[in-house]
Amino acid sequence: MFMQCLKLLIPGVILASGGFALAAPASDGDTLYQQNCAVCHGAHGDGGVGVPLNLPDFLAVASDDYLRKTLHEGRPGRVMPAFPALDEQAVDAIIGHIRSWSEKPAPVYSDQALQGNAEHGSTLFATHCAACHGVHGQGGAGTGVTFSRPRESPVMAPALNNPGFQHSVSDAMLKATLLAGREGTPMPAVGSLGLNDQDANDLVAWIRELKVEDERPARGALDPIIQFESSYSLEETLENLKQAVVGRNFRIIRVQYFQEGLTSEGEEDPARVMLYFCNFSFLDEALAIDPRVGLFLPCRITLVDTGHGVQVMTINPKNLSRLFNNAELDKACQEMHDIYAEIMEDATL
Amino acid sequence: MKKYLFLLLLLCSPLLVAQDLFMVRTQLSFPEAMTVLQEAIGNHAYKVSRVQRVDIGLTESGYATDRYRVVFFGDIDELNLLSEQYPELVPYFPMKIAIFAEGDETILLASSFAHLRPNYASGSLQSRFDKWENDIRQILDEVRTAD
Repeated sequence: MFMQCLKLLIPGVILASGGFALAAPASDGDTLYQQNCAVCHGAHGDGGVGVPLNLPDFLAVASDDYLRKTLHEGRPGRVMPAFPALDEQAVDAIIGHIRSWSEKPAPVYSDQALQGNAEHGSTLFATHCAACHGVHGQGGAGTGVTFSRPRESPVMAPALNNPGFQHSVSDAMLKATLLAGREGTPMPAVGSLGLNDQDANDLVAWIRELKVEDERPARGALDPIIQFESSYSLEETLENLKQAVVGRNFRIIRVQYFQEGLTSEGEEDPARVMLYFCNFSFLDEALAIDPRVGLFLPCRITLVDTGHGVQVMTINPKNLSRLFNNAELDKACQEMHDIYAEIMEDATL
Repeated sequence: MKKYLFLLLLLCSPLLVAQDLFMVRTQLSFPEAMTVLQEAIGNHAYKVSRVQRVDIGLTESGYATDRYRVVFFGDIDELNLLSEQYPELVPYFPMKIAIFAEGDETILLASSFAHLRPNYASGSLQSRFDKWENDIRQILDEVRTAD
């Protein structure tokens, strides 16, 4: 009886997972790629929120080991998540699918460290690499490429100091990338810059010195909301909020009941009200950091008259931001958290 | 039997809660995807309460963007119950799905409740989170697989 139930239930559960991780047979690399990767990297690897994968120069130098470790570990703080739910067979199938975009065989590299002069590499890095990859190798701003809005660069320069990148790439692959460059991106071959083989070794030695620490708080360590109690009436608190919002260069979008649109007009609870507002300059900057910030939009503060006082609440952007694996967005959300707190404090004091 | 079913659901639960964000890409154009999304939300017994036109506000303010909307939706009975039992969670509702054009295709995303789960580890809310996440996955998948 139990086994009969299992047979009936298991397909339902997999279906219920909505085509996400592991819903396809591991042998079907295309399907697994479409389910796990295409949303960011594009159906054919052209890029999007994620970087493009189908560039010939990338596929010519990226080893299977690099791709495998990247899928396992992701890029902490740089949008690309880890995929712990994918087993080895599924990972291999996805790599096989990515390989199908190139006729060249996968390169295989030695794990041995290259010998180079890191100090000289540091000078070369500052001269030739830092403009795109950042002084500390922190990478370019934003996410991958995007087709949804204008961008300063056609592709985001990878963060070379990222622990996921550092662990995934071998010295030999780094050197091969430096020597080949990457057509279709601003990355030149170092030979075109007048650098030689030893210079490439020196650059690799310096890139290995680049490190960053993941300082993000553990799950559960942050409050889910920002909350203040107002000593004013709901109407007075709402007016105070409007003044505080406008005073910080935000535009009021609308005021509506919490239940508006979900129940018949006139039946909404007037004791629960939401104030929507936006600063479009701040929003534009946030979208440049991560086009997925729609989940924070628009700025909203909810007021609830409990009968014993007025609670003024909003989501804690720092808490929501942790879902995005984007350290830049974390910083913007810290700023937004502080703005919310100032507005709410002003309105309730 | 209940014990086995619970065990089965427990074994399967990592599949259902492993993702922080639910994102799908559909080859539907933006207007087509918007229509299918609103239908899918209705198919799961939710009501669309509002569509926030983010792109309109941006372009009116002089910023270039492709089409970008946020669709709010919910179930009035669920929201009333939630605001009685967990009033501090009201700011997270109604639920929302962001939808934006990327070239000829459309991307949709919603957040899981992974960022709220640790704060309610012992409450009955976990099963409610499971239900909402499952609904969101199915809604998004309906849009992803629509012709």
